[in-house]
Amino acid sequence: MTNLFNYIERPSLIHRLTGATKLVSMLLWSFAAMLTYDTRFLAFLSVAGIMLFFVGKIRVKDVSFMVGFTLAFLIINTILIYLFSPQHGTQIYGSCTYLTEWTGRYAPTAEQLFYQSNYILKYSATIPVILLFVCTTEPSEFAASLNRIGVNYRIAYSVSLALRYIPDVQQQYYEISKASQARGVEMSKKASLTKRLKAASNILIPLILSSMGRIETIANAMELRGFGKLKKRTWYMARKFRLQDYFSMLISALLLAAALCLNHLNNGRFYNPFT
Amino acid sequence: MKKLSVKTIVAIGIGAALFFVLGRFVAIPSPVPNTNITTQYGLLAFIAAVFGPIAGVLAGLIGHFFIDFSYGWGIWWSWVIASGVFGLAMGIIARKLRISEGEFSGKDIAFFNIEQFAAHLISWVVVAPVLDILIYSEPANKVFIQGLISAISNSITTAIIGTLLCLAYAKAIPKKGSLKEED
Repeated sequence: MTNLFNYIERPSLIHRLTGATKLVSMLLWSFAAMLTYDTRFLAFLSVAGIMLFFVGKIRVKDVSFMVGFTLAFLIINTILIYLFSPQHGTQIYGSCTYLTEWTGRYAPTAEQLFYQSNYILKYSATIPVILLFVCTTEPSEFAASLNRIGVNYRIAYSVSLALRYIPDVQQQYYEISKASQARGVEMSKKASLTKRLKAASNILIPLILSSMGRIETIANAMELRGFGKLKKRTWYMARKFRLQDYFSMLISALLLAAALCLNHLNNGRFYNPFT
Repeated sequence: MKKLSVKTIVAIGIGAALFFVLGRFVAIPSPVPNTNITTQYGLLAFIAAVFGPIAGVLAGLIGHFFIDFSYGWGIWWSWVIASGVFGLAMGIIARKLRISEGEFSGKDIAFFNIEQFAAHLISWVVVAPVLDILIYSEPANKVFIQGLISAISNSITTAIIGTLLCLAYAKAIPKKGSLKEED
C-alpha cells in the first residue's frame, strides 16, 4: 500500500532532474511518438527509451510487474485489431501483398504485418519513458512541477490534495468493506452480478458521504488559512532548474520537431516501404 | 476563467482520490473473464452533479491519470480525456438539478439517468474512439465496439451507484423551508 506509485529512490542523473523537467520531457516524448508512425523513428525512440533505464538505474526487476500488465494489454489489443480489421494495413499502405497462397479476408498480408509491428513499436517507444517517469518522480514533487509548467496553482494544489488523501480514502474503504462483510455483505464471485453491484453501493455510499463531510472540513480549514488570496504560492518540493534540466528539455523538444519533420517528409504519418 | 472557490478545489482533490481508489480497488469481477465492472463513473457523475462542470472535468482527468500512472501500462491520453469529458458533460447538464439543496425526486432521477447515458455515449463512443484513431490509427470498427461496450457497462453502474448516491446525499440535506415557526 505504501508503494502505490512505484517511486524508487536511487542516486542517478534522472532522479536529480526536477519533476517539472521530467514531466515536460515525458509529455514531449509521448507527443513525438503519438504524432508519427515512421518505423525508423519509433525504433530509435524505443532503443533510446530502454537506454535511459540504464541512466536512471532502474532494473528490469523493478518494473517487471508493470511490464507484465503492459504486455497483456498489448497482446489483447493486437489480437483484437487482427480480428476486427485484418485488412487495415492494406488500406493504409495502399497495396496488398499476400504472404501465403490463401487470399481470404483473414489471409496474412505483408502490409498488415508491417502495420501491426509498427503498432507494437509505438507502444515500446512510449512505455519506457512513462515507466521511467513513474519510477523516478516523487508524487508530491509532481504537483509542484505542474505549477511550474504553468498550471494554475489552485489546480496543482488539488492534485496534491488528491495524492494526500488517496491513502486515507483507501484505508477508510477497507474499514467499511470489512465491517460490511462481517455483517454478511457478499462481494465475491459467489453472489450474482446485481447482488454484487448492490453490495458495492452499500460500501460506497457511506464512504462517499463521509468524504463529503471531509470536503467541508478541509475547505473550511483552507479558507481560514487564507488559501487562494494571493496570485502565487511557493512549494516545499520545488527545485531550481539546472543546466541538465534545460538540456533534457531541449533534446525532447528536438525529438518532437524531428517527428513533425518526418511527417512532412513522408507526406503523412506513415513510412511506406511498399511503394 | 472565474476564480475557483476553495470548496471546488477540495472537491476536485477528494473526488480524484475517490475516483482513483474506486477505479483501482473496487472493481467488481464480471462474468466475462479478465474484465471488471468499473464503479468510479457513478461517483464522478455525482461529484459533477453536486460541484459543477469544472470539478467534474478535473476530478475525472486527475483520477484517471493517476490510475494509469499507478498501473504503469502507459498513460492512455485518449481514455483519460474521455473521463474528463464525461465529468464535464455531466456537470454542464446537471446544473438544472438541485441535489445540494436536498431535492432529488422522481423527475430528477429520470433526468439524471438520461443525462448520464448521453454523457457516457459522448465520451466512450465519440471522444475516446476518435482520439484512438487519431493517435494510434487503430481500426475504426474495433475502437467503436470497445467504446460501445464500455459506454453500456459504465452507464449501468452509473445508473445504480450514481442514483443511489444522489438519493442518499439529497436525503441527508434539510430541504429549503423545512423549518416552520411554531404556532
